[in-house]
Amino acid sequence: MNTDKAGTPLTASENIVPDTRHGVILYVEDVNLSFDGFKALNNLNLYINDGELRCLIGANGAGKTTLMDVITGKTRPDSGKVSFGQQVDLLQLDESEIARAGIGRKFQKPTVFEELTVFENIELSLKGDKGIWTALFHKLSGEQKDRIAEILHTIGLVAECHYPAGRLSHGQKQWLEIGMLLAAEPRVLLVDEPVAGMTGQETERTAELLTSLAGKHSVIVVEHDMAFVRSIARKVSVLHQGTVLAEGTMSEIQSNPDVIKVYLGEEQG
Amino acid sequence: MGRIFSLLFLLILSSQGHALQTDSSSSTALTPLLEQLPSTKLRAMGPLIEKIAQVKDVKTRHILQLMLDGELYYIKANKQLVQAVKAENRQYQLTDALTTEPVSVVKKSKISKVKTNNRLRSSLRSLIAKIDLTDDDKEVRLQAVKQLLDSPTKASTATISELIDKEPDQEVQELMQATMALQQLRDGEISEQITALNTLSGSLQPAVKNTIVNLLSNLQEGDLTEQQASLKLALQQTLDSIESQASFYGFIENIFFGLSLGSVLLLAAIGLAITFGVMGVINMAHGEMIMLGAYTTYVIQIAFPSIIEYSLLIAVPAAFLVSGLVGILIERGVIRFLKGRPLETLLATFGISLILQQLVRTVFSPLNRQVISPEWMSGSWQINPIFSLTFNRLYIILFSIMVFVSLLLILKKSSLGLHVRAVSQNRDMARALSIKSDWVDAITFGLGSGIAGIAGVVLSQLTNVGPNLGQAYIIDSFLVVVFGGVGNLWGTLVAAMSLGLTNKFLEPVTGSVLANIIVLVGLVLFIQKRPKGLFPQKGRAAD
Amino acid sequence: MTTQVSESNKTNSLFSSKNPLHLTIGILLITTVLVTLGNLLFPEGSALHVSDYTVSLLGKYLCYALLALAVDLVWGYCGILSLGHGAFFTLGGYAMGMYLMRQIGDRGVYGNPDLPDFMVFLNWTELPWFWAGSDSVLWMVCMVFLGPGLLAFIFGSLAFRSRVSGVYLSIMTQAMTYALMLAFFRNEMGFGGNNGLTDFKEIFGFSLQSPSTKLSLFIATAIALAIAYGICHFIVNSKMGRVVTAIRDAESRVRFVGYKPEHYKVWIFVVSAMLAGLAGALYVPQVGIINPGEFSPLNSIEMVIWVAVGGRNSLYGAIIGAVLVSYAKTRFTAIMPEAWLFALGGLFVLVTLLLPKGIAGLLPTIKQRLITKKDAPDTQQKGAKL
Repeated sequence: MNTDKAGTPLTASENIVPDTRHGVILYVEDVNLSFDGFKALNNLNLYINDGELRCLIGANGAGKTTLMDVITGKTRPDSGKVSFGQQVDLLQLDESEIARAGIGRKFQKPTVFEELTVFENIELSLKGDKGIWTALFHKLSGEQKDRIAEILHTIGLVAECHYPAGRLSHGQKQWLEIGMLLAAEPRVLLVDEPVAGMTGQETERTAELLTSLAGKHSVIVVEHDMAFVRSIARKVSVLHQGTVLAEGTMSEIQSNPDVIKVYLGEEQG
Repeated sequence: MGRIFSLLFLLILSSQGHALQTDSSSSTALTPLLEQLPSTKLRAMGPLIEKIAQVKDVKTRHILQLMLDGELYYIKANKQLVQAVKAENRQYQLTDALTTEPVSVVKKSKISKVKTNNRLRSSLRSLIAKIDLTDDDKEVRLQAVKQLLDSPTKASTATISELIDKEPDQEVQELMQATMALQQLRDGEISEQITALNTLSGSLQPAVKNTIVNLLSNLQEGDLTEQQASLKLALQQTLDSIESQASFYGFIENIFFGLSLGSVLLLAAIGLAITFGVMGVINMAHGEMIMLGAYTTYVIQIAFPSIIEYSLLIAVPAAFLVSGLVGILIERGVIRFLKGRPLETLLATFGISLILQQLVRTVFSPLNRQVISPEWMSGSWQINPIFSLTFNRLYIILFSIMVFVSLLLILKKSSLGLHVRAVSQNRDMARALSIKSDWVDAITFGLGSGIAGIAGVVLSQLTNVGPNLGQAYIIDSFLVVVFGGVGNLWGTLVAAMSLGLTNKFLEPVTGSVLANIIVLVGLVLFIQKRPKGLFPQKGRAAD
Repeated sequence: MTTQVSESNKTNSLFSSKNPLHLTIGILLITTVLVTLGNLLFPEGSALHVSDYTVSLLGKYLCYALLALAVDLVWGYCGILSLGHGAFFTLGGYAMGMYLMRQIGDRGVYGNPDLPDFMVFLNWTELPWFWAGSDSVLWMVCMVFLGPGLLAFIFGSLAFRSRVSGVYLSIMTQAMTYALMLAFFRNEMGFGGNNGLTDFKEIFGFSLQSPSTKLSLFIATAIALAIAYGICHFIVNSKMGRVVTAIRDAESRVRFVGYKPEHYKVWIFVVSAMLAGLAGALYVPQVGIINPGEFSPLNSIEMVIWVAVGGRNSLYGAIIGAVLVSYAKTRFTAIMPEAWLFALGGLFVLVTLLLPKGIAGLLPTIKQRLITKKDAPDTQQKGAKL
């Protein structure tokens, strides 16, 4: 449907506005993907509502990260449909176009630009034109500087703002990556294991932040830490062997016999 | 067809051997005739040499041949028949024509030539041919017929038709028939020509094709009689059939050349397929490992000049050891400190390659060195007059397949192979399983380098051995590995062979330099289309 | 707080020296003036005299320095290790060479007013189409930039779009220059085959043999280098520079932030190729010859070592490296030529093993030791990662 977009680079992300009249911002329908015979995703269906905070849980190899790869364009599925709102076919776009369309991602392993400073990391992530000529002659506006300062404040890295990002601690890198996500002002945030390596206090703050983001943004969180999931989740999807096993509130999930059998059962037993 | 090994040099040796045997008893019939040679007038020379030719003596041919070559002289003083060969200072080296013992070195004025003229020479030729055609050795007969085939005359075909029925060997007989037919085609009436064409339609001898082409060009112009027209048709058909066979053999020959080039590429690249493909270490000094192998061959030939025939057999393991050890040194001394920094590894190993090149230049010389091919490597397998497979290429194809298979076995079956694969797939995990990953790295690198050394032994048989030998192959080798798909030995095999074939099939059309360029550009484009090569590894781990 | 954040941002992406832009250009200009004065004012034999030979040699070094800048731009800042920059250099050189060839006019050995000698020798009767216009200065200037730029654009677009990177890209750039070398060796290519283009007489009407032309070429090269340095400085200190640094360190992450790395890489590759082409164009009139040997992969890799020695990720480092290594080469090849490759090879190994950030990487360390430390945690950055 968006073949014209696939060929020519999108110069301004503002061009793409997802149609969310049905209240759904992300459609993942009948997606299949296999690596050398191994079915990583198996007829997977997932719908994320606009402004929703959704948690994805599942054992290792259940397909959580692969699903994120598919949504963000890193991996192409063998079949199926992934769309942003009703009309933007994500399978026609590449990673950078998807990012500019308004889907941001935080990786499982924190990846920041180590040689650049914290400030520069956020500067690069700011929402706006990502073209070559803009980059060459770009000067930060006062508004943008304020925004960066605000984000630095939110993620608590004001003092470190001129350190090269490579020198941050693991937890700080996690925060920086979240800051970079915020700077991009995405409609949908995909957050892969945000609290891995964080202290209890940091985890709490992350939970707070993510909850506060929901509403304005749609947030999808992949997490192993069940306590953390319980503390933020309104709705949880359980992935198992590349397909959605169950969906519902935490308590519904906990009482679902299938889930108990394959996942929670193991944890509690 | 397959049983016809014709080794030219063997032939020459054996025929000379016959001539040189001294058998004093049978010379008795020959001696009185020979004694007449110095005094006989040119006019009477013809009958005399025919008489000489009829003497069944091993020396007969030798004498006649000397006469034909204009080397038969007699010493003025005592009329002794000698072979005279020009030596230094206008002197002549004399050898007794009968006993082949050296006599002396004298001035020109002391000797005189046994007289010959053109007519005599041509009868000498046919007399010698006849002697050869009745020789006991089949190869001698075959060679004699082949010579006659190139320019058959009435006289020579007459000789042949006398002998053809007595000829025991089928191959020689067929060739004799072809010679007679060719003579008819050249000199006969039109009806004879057409009959001759029937006999010749399967012949691939160049002389046959030349004759047909000549006749055809004579028939081009003007009005043709009915007979001439039918002759032209027959000629054309025969030519077509000969040419279609020729192009078929040309095709086979291209495949053969392509495969042999592919084998060389395979040998050069397979070591790299291990160090780069399996270990992920980029070694720009790989070409120099090949070069070291080639120089090892050279050194071994210099060190043991008496056993040149076996030098390659020693050189293969020696080159493996030399290049392998140098490889291990490089790995231990440099590469291991650059783990995970491929571009820096590239630069450092490039530096090593420069050092090794200069080292060889300093130690040996910047000039190319000559590596001798043992006799069993030279020569060729003559399948028919226009198609032969050279032994060195044949051996190289077989050898490279051997190397490939043994490498495959090492990686698949041995515990070293298991460790190598484990380390290359997950270093930390392998280490946790108490595999000494450092040791495995060094050994693997040594293995890859050692095989490059073996490739050097092979290359020393094909090209000049010089300090730049390796550089010519490094880019090709990398492209082969990348083209085939990194980490996939079968891919390397397919890539090497297909590159070799492409190159050899392009060459006749474009010339070798352009073929090279086309292949390079094609590869670069291909890799840009499919960065992971022909046989990519899939899955999340591949990224 | 806001203002504090943004202001201190300005200086920090550079090494500790105050402003390498002014410093480098300053040193460059002072050197140029000194050399010029030394050449013009002091008579031969005076201790301060700079000979014509030295002027030409320095001009050559500055061409190399410009070339090193180009390599540093793609390698040091964007992480593209090109082993084919010699191709761009040589193409620029050929563009200039073609122009100079046409300036010979009928003063060639064969005296043909329209055709260069080698074409007469090959029995060609007319100029090939790609030589059309080569006698115009404008054409030459365009081709100096367009030739290398176009090659870089085509090659870069193909390679970067299909996400070829790392050593694969390096090998392919090497294959590219190797293929060009083979091609240019062919007489049929129309660029003089083996011998290349040579026997030039004059440039813009000035004799190439005259000392004043040589001096002018040296000055022109110095100015070109200064301008190129300014351009590179502007690029690496713009947001563009930060994007390419980010691409160098984590290309896939850059995509998820919304940039198209391939566009940036192609752009910077093309800019770099054009600078290399300019260097080649300035080089040819100063050495008087251009031949396919310049395409040799060894030349391209020598450029890389200049940058490695000087310090990649530092523009002035590239210049220092180019001049130092070239000077070493001149001395070595004069005194003991056979030792040069040993030295060069050793340099590769030692620099990568012991001095990954090159000479420029040493400067801040030395400075820090001299000035008894500044505030807070050490500003030494992590060992350069490729």
